[in-house]
Amino acid sequence: MGKIQVKPEVCIGCHLCEIWCQVAHSKSKNIIKTFLYEKTIPMSRVVVEENLPLTFPMQCRHCQEPDCVSACISGALIKDSASGKVIHDPSKCVGCFSCVMACPYGNIFVNEKTREIVKCDLCEGLDEPYCVSHCPNEALVYVSDD
Amino acid sequence: MYSHLLPEFVVERREDRCIRCRACERQCPNGVHVYDSDLDTMFSLEENCVGCQRCAVICPTNALSVRHHPAEYRKNSSWTRDRFQNLKKQAETGGVVLTGSGNDKSYRIYWDHLVLNASQVTNPSIDPLREPMELKTFIGRKPDTLKINMEDGEPRVESELHPNLELETPIVFSAMSYGAISYRAYKSLARAAKESGTLFNTGEGGLPAEMRAEFGSNAVVQCASGRFGVDKDYLNSAAMLEIKIGQGAKPGIGGHLPGEKVAEHIAVTRMIPRGTDALSPAPQHDIYSIEDLSMLIYALKEATNYEKPVSVKVAAVHNVAAIASGIVRAGADIVAIDGLRGGTGAAPLATRDNVGIPMELALAAVDKRLRDEGIRNKCSILAASGIRCSSDVIKAIALGADAVYIGTAALVAMGCTLCQKCYTGKCAWGICTQDPYLVKRLNPEISTQRLVNLLSGWSHEIKEMLGGMGINAVESLRGNREHLRGIGLQEWELNTLGVKGAGE
Repeated sequence: MGKIQVKPEVCIGCHLCEIWCQVAHSKSKNIIKTFLYEKTIPMSRVVVEENLPLTFPMQCRHCQEPDCVSACISGALIKDSASGKVIHDPSKCVGCFSCVMACPYGNIFVNEKTREIVKCDLCEGLDEPYCVSHCPNEALVYVSDD
Repeated sequence: MYSHLLPEFVVERREDRCIRCRACERQCPNGVHVYDSDLDTMFSLEENCVGCQRCAVICPTNALSVRHHPAEYRKNSSWTRDRFQNLKKQAETGGVVLTGSGNDKSYRIYWDHLVLNASQVTNPSIDPLREPMELKTFIGRKPDTLKINMEDGEPRVESELHPNLELETPIVFSAMSYGAISYRAYKSLARAAKESGTLFNTGEGGLPAEMRAEFGSNAVVQCASGRFGVDKDYLNSAAMLEIKIGQGAKPGIGGHLPGEKVAEHIAVTRMIPRGTDALSPAPQHDIYSIEDLSMLIYALKEATNYEKPVSVKVAAVHNVAAIASGIVRAGADIVAIDGLRGGTGAAPLATRDNVGIPMELALAAVDKRLRDEGIRNKCSILAASGIRCSSDVIKAIALGADAVYIGTAALVAMGCTLCQKCYTGKCAWGICTQDPYLVKRLNPEISTQRLVNLLSGWSHEIKEMLGGMGINAVESLRGNREHLRGIGLQEWELNTLGVKGAGE
């Protein structure tokens, strides 16, 4: 597994990583369809933090020793030893939000409507994380472990 | 005062594509796009739009088009829209109308009236992918004669040789100072020049101390009328020195970097207090004659132990050939000529659009004059202004240039769209600004790569065209006007350019 590296010095604060994250987690993966025609618009798993002029995107760091996994009461969050990813299994999740409070980066988000959490899955099933491939200034870089 | 100005641009937003991501709002430094959360609608304040196209490029759904505003005054050949707008602007402010970039008026562009030759039947063309093709260019003074003695079977050059610089391609980045452009833009030019084996020019803003060891050997350092950042270390860190007498965009006038742009690092580099205006006087106050110029040239040579070529840059004006001759006789190793379409970060519109002559004519006149006087070998000619593509470069070389300076082309490669608002300090592309939020838009890795690509792309094209002419080294094309023909030019223009008409 690799990591998404953030370069705040070239982050232009456009928030397009958030937009493309939503597209990546939509049904159609088509930006116009996602926002204008699909019934539910997915939440973004990445958030651009701003204290102008400083801006930088943050998403799940897939920590070595994740506090969210330790805090999870139902075994819905696991640290996958093979891939190194922190994975969320919604079928086991009870919606206690202990992980939300435990995450030191504030990178687990609550979907108020469904009372479920969402977090970065490094765009499971796609070639490259959409936030990385669509950043207009290469402020997000995917660094592979191998 | 209520403004009578018409908006310059209209912003068209396709509602079937806009997803309200607000990227346009965040990217516009002029506050054109505004999101209204009550209505979930984007509004456009078109009167603020400068047409830089940043929003149109960043929009992820291509929902935006920025076009010229359709509002028109009654048609009038004398009173064009520009004349109306500028006059009204002036009536509202009482000031000088400022602008940025190069002359955009429809003066004849001679590049577009010159065509190149190619080999057919009687001499073979060359395929640069299969055979060697040399773009290597040496700039600097060449000896009058080359005397070679053989000693123990080894050749030895007896003639006195002067410092020359070796360029991998005859394209050099022209003077753009740190302060006028952002540190990242400046450093991108330096990195690209180093990577491509050519030179960048510091302009009159000095060379930051931390860049000297790494980029000094690719730097042309300017000594301009403001003398910003000039000291012994600065001069000695460079590959070449340049005395800036004039600039094509504003011949005869000086420069003014507003105090707001003079941040700490710029102040240190320019050796002036932070926040003070950096004013470059119109003339060099110690140069009022060719003899004075000679004194400065030799002062600079003395300071650098006669190890570096010294260039003198002048704007192309009416008697440019005689001026160039004087410059060479004063001891300059390189004459840089900046023509009518040369760029700038800020200039009065009236000067930019009306002063100077086209570089093509100036270049041809200078080359001819120096040849006629038998002193062409004593200097290299660097031609600047209005070089837009590789064929402009090759035509400039055929007209007599040793190499060309590119400024605007390099900025366009980095993102510039010639919106001409450089003087506002709000460059949406992060090039001509010191705003810490805006400068982040230039990722030095990307902009360096774009500049390197530009030079390599042009160099490939130049090789192709040289090969087509049956020439295998750019040296052989220099001043070879037989390879040019004019189209749609009058006799006096053909005579000044020293080229025959097509078909002759």
